[in-house]
Amino acid sequence: MKVGVVTFPGSLDDHDAARAIELAGGEAVHLWHGTADLQGVDAVVLPGGFSYGDYLRAGAIARFAPVMDALIPAAKGGLPVLGICNGFQVLCESHLLPGALVRNDHQKFICRDQKLRIERINTAWTGDFAQDEEITIVLKNGEGGYMADERTLDLLEAEGRVVARYLGGNPNGSRREIAGISNEAGNVVGLMPHPEHCVEPGFGPGLEGLPFFTSVLRQVVSA
Amino acid sequence: MSNLPAYKCDTVDIASQDPQAEQPWAELGLKSDEYQQIREILDRRPTSAELAMYSVMWSEHCSYKSSKVHLRQFGDKTTDEMKEKLLVGIGENAGVVDIGDGWAVTFKIESHNHPSYIEPHQGAATGIGGIVRDIMSMGARPLAVMDPLRFGALDHPDTARVLPGIVSGVGTYGNSLGLPNIGGEINFDSCYQGNPLVNALCVGSMRTEDIHLANATGVGNLIVLFGSKTGGDGIGGVSVLASETFDSTGPAKRPAVQVGDPFAEKVLIECCLDLYAADVVAGIQDLGGAGLSCATSELASNGDGGMQIHLDRVPLRDPSLSPEEILMSESQERMMAVVEPGKLEAFMEIAAKWDVEASVLGEVTDGENLEVFWGDDLLVQVPPRSVAHDGPVYQRPLERPAYLDDLQADGTAHLNRPRTGDDLARTVLDLIASPNMCDASWVTDQYDRYVRGNTAQAMPDDAGVVRVDEETGRGVALSTDCNPRFTKLDPYAGSQLALAEAYRNVAVAGAAPLAVSDCLNFGSPEDPGVMWQFSEAVTALADGCAVLGIPVTGGNVSFYNQTGDIAIHPTPVVAVLGVLDDVAKRNRSGWAHAQDAIYLLGETRDELDGSAWAEVAHSHLGGLPPTVDLAAEQTLASAILAATDQGLITSAHDLSDGGLAAGLAESVLRHGVGASVDLSPVASRDGVDAFVALLSESTARAIASISASDAEAFEAVLSDKGQAFARIGTTGGDHLKVEGQFTLAIEDLRSAHTGVIESAMSH
Repeated sequence: MKVGVVTFPGSLDDHDAARAIELAGGEAVHLWHGTADLQGVDAVVLPGGFSYGDYLRAGAIARFAPVMDALIPAAKGGLPVLGICNGFQVLCESHLLPGALVRNDHQKFICRDQKLRIERINTAWTGDFAQDEEITIVLKNGEGGYMADERTLDLLEAEGRVVARYLGGNPNGSRREIAGISNEAGNVVGLMPHPEHCVEPGFGPGLEGLPFFTSVLRQVVSA
Repeated sequence: MSNLPAYKCDTVDIASQDPQAEQPWAELGLKSDEYQQIREILDRRPTSAELAMYSVMWSEHCSYKSSKVHLRQFGDKTTDEMKEKLLVGIGENAGVVDIGDGWAVTFKIESHNHPSYIEPHQGAATGIGGIVRDIMSMGARPLAVMDPLRFGALDHPDTARVLPGIVSGVGTYGNSLGLPNIGGEINFDSCYQGNPLVNALCVGSMRTEDIHLANATGVGNLIVLFGSKTGGDGIGGVSVLASETFDSTGPAKRPAVQVGDPFAEKVLIECCLDLYAADVVAGIQDLGGAGLSCATSELASNGDGGMQIHLDRVPLRDPSLSPEEILMSESQERMMAVVEPGKLEAFMEIAAKWDVEASVLGEVTDGENLEVFWGDDLLVQVPPRSVAHDGPVYQRPLERPAYLDDLQADGTAHLNRPRTGDDLARTVLDLIASPNMCDASWVTDQYDRYVRGNTAQAMPDDAGVVRVDEETGRGVALSTDCNPRFTKLDPYAGSQLALAEAYRNVAVAGAAPLAVSDCLNFGSPEDPGVMWQFSEAVTALADGCAVLGIPVTGGNVSFYNQTGDIAIHPTPVVAVLGVLDDVAKRNRSGWAHAQDAIYLLGETRDELDGSAWAEVAHSHLGGLPPTVDLAAEQTLASAILAATDQGLITSAHDLSDGGLAAGLAESVLRHGVGASVDLSPVASRDGVDAFVALLSESTARAIASISASDAEAFEAVLSDKGQAFARIGTTGGDHLKVEGQFTLAIEDLRSAHTGVIESAMSH
């Protein structure tokens, strides 16, 4: 089972995402930003980092990378895509997900172990969680505040597309404590916290990030 | 070369024909005899470009002219046995040690103090950038960073200006590079009010066969500059020369502080690693202080000696720069490689893949000089060693400061000590709420400690631990330490205490100490008292390292850390690196389980001079620091390592600032697991009361928690190693209870310990 991990210039957690995929039992395939070729992968992770330095606006330039020319139609066609942190920002900039991510309300980068509730489990990436399961994974971002207009937020709630919500304190000023959302079909998920740092005993706060990666492998097998 | 801007270049020809021209050597910081020395080396007056090069390369910062005579001890006192694991020693961009299984690790600590005071965010950011490039230039992948920071008083208004900027600078740059920040220090003392210290450490790894060195050998090999374009930043003092001498149309004054672009550096890291993997680099050097003039003279003098460089081929961000400014610019995120002509195409392809601009500036020649051209004009023709290595050396006068006798005589014996259990409880709360002992997460939460997934532990554990080999788990532990109050009282003992503490922290984490890097932050070398402190510190570290059997592999000297005539406390920050064959074995600090047995290792004496208690309770600094006992440190380390190897330890924590009281409180707070402690075995064995048992800062001590079922085996290991120990209690419950003295609820400890820095920064 092949899962692609895109490396943009400035991607930082691509190595971690690939390791998480391997530990979950999949095969990680490195995809290069400059090539509009998904190499036949069964799913894609857009990893964390600061693509192109994020100098204009997080994810704003990555959205125009050649690899996205292949990825955007594939995602619309049902390919499972997980955008983590900067990847989430790229998905919003690409309009594969609604809303935007802005600078943390306290204006500082924050890195901490964050409690979340998984609220949607019928996505490609969350099937191995229990409904409303509470997990603790790494959170680290400078621009992690999820923003959308009230109508969009209401729609996301009504359609059950809030995938994960912060518990125990909003770390970045996200509207309605939203930590992650999905598209309607559930194949595209954007997540601000970092499950790829919680997949190996002794490194990171636990193993509660692993189900994101086992979920997609199971989904791809059964599809 | 008609397309070049028409500068009136001061060429070698002109310098030869016009030997008596006035030159602004004094404005550039050169002494009269230094200027004469340059004239003798060249047998003529220097050109303006040469003058600029010598002035910066012979500055204290680049030439170590005041410290060299002392630093020799690090080499002289390194025994053959200590050299066994040393693959590259002092003098290269960073030292390299062998950690086994074919892995080499390189690490170094440096200062970026003065820029960080002027412009906290960029000063600190470029400090991280510079040390990371040093590690890259050894051929290594950078693995992690650490940042020992020292500020003035927490409640001083200027600290609220400087601290957030420095922390965000360290964070923004390091986070954007994808390097976990695994530790450091945050220390407040009013001696740093006008001169905060920003030290930065980077550690990297490579296979032993992949070590790269900064030398330009092989006639005809090409000199390639790659990375960011060159701009007018960091030219600083040299702009005096530019504006006085040249018809430049550019701005008369250039900014002295460099501006960092972490994205450019991240790309540069990956590009360099691809270049190394493709074996297309014969020599490599980063560009830092003194920019191209440093990189070219270093590369040439470490190689065959001859090199030609064409400044008009340097890609510019600011086309108005004069040739002299291009030569001196400290623009960040640049590297220089020596490339065989046959490998240039492959080199350029890799650079293009990463969108990194690369330009061939010149080549290695069979001459003896470094020659720098602007078009056809020869601006520099110098023996490179005379610039990079054979600068002036000073034996500055030393004098033990007169105040020291009075300071050392003013011990803590006359200070009021807590008499009751309630007094002691209040003392403990005050201590853990004090700026130097409080929770530092307001700072450390701004750093990514997880990226790349190899961080086995980071703040607030005693040492940062990072995995090097993902297959075997082999990795390294690092700690940086210095208690400047101790070094003020006695620079020799204080420096060895800094070494001992870093050594202990690494050992307590379960790693075998292997090597040392140091960042020596001092006041003005022109002050004989400061120079005496410096000489004591270097001698102490060299002596201490010889006893412990771990070599100094490199480091940095930062002088002139003072405000007016008042120098900072001597601050030799010592970084110790240790190795673990599997990082899974490391000992975390803090109690994770109830019902573990708590052991105090080591002996406690009445040693309160210079302590955290003396500072917090009495704002007092005087007397003599705790006894240095390096043999006891070695015994402690070997006992802990043996017990770690057998998997007997559930947690371990070094005792230093704040003594046992701080160690217990921190261990309780880590996971919210309480403890009951009985000090009577310590009191009766060591002849101390509860106050001394809790607050003394006697060295070579640690606490460890052990599963009750392993207690017997643990005690057997300690006895076998000759390590003094006392079983002092049991973990569990919601309180820290000290038998017969006090009981403190965890929530009260926590509310005292947290929010201190946050509240000071929000004012």
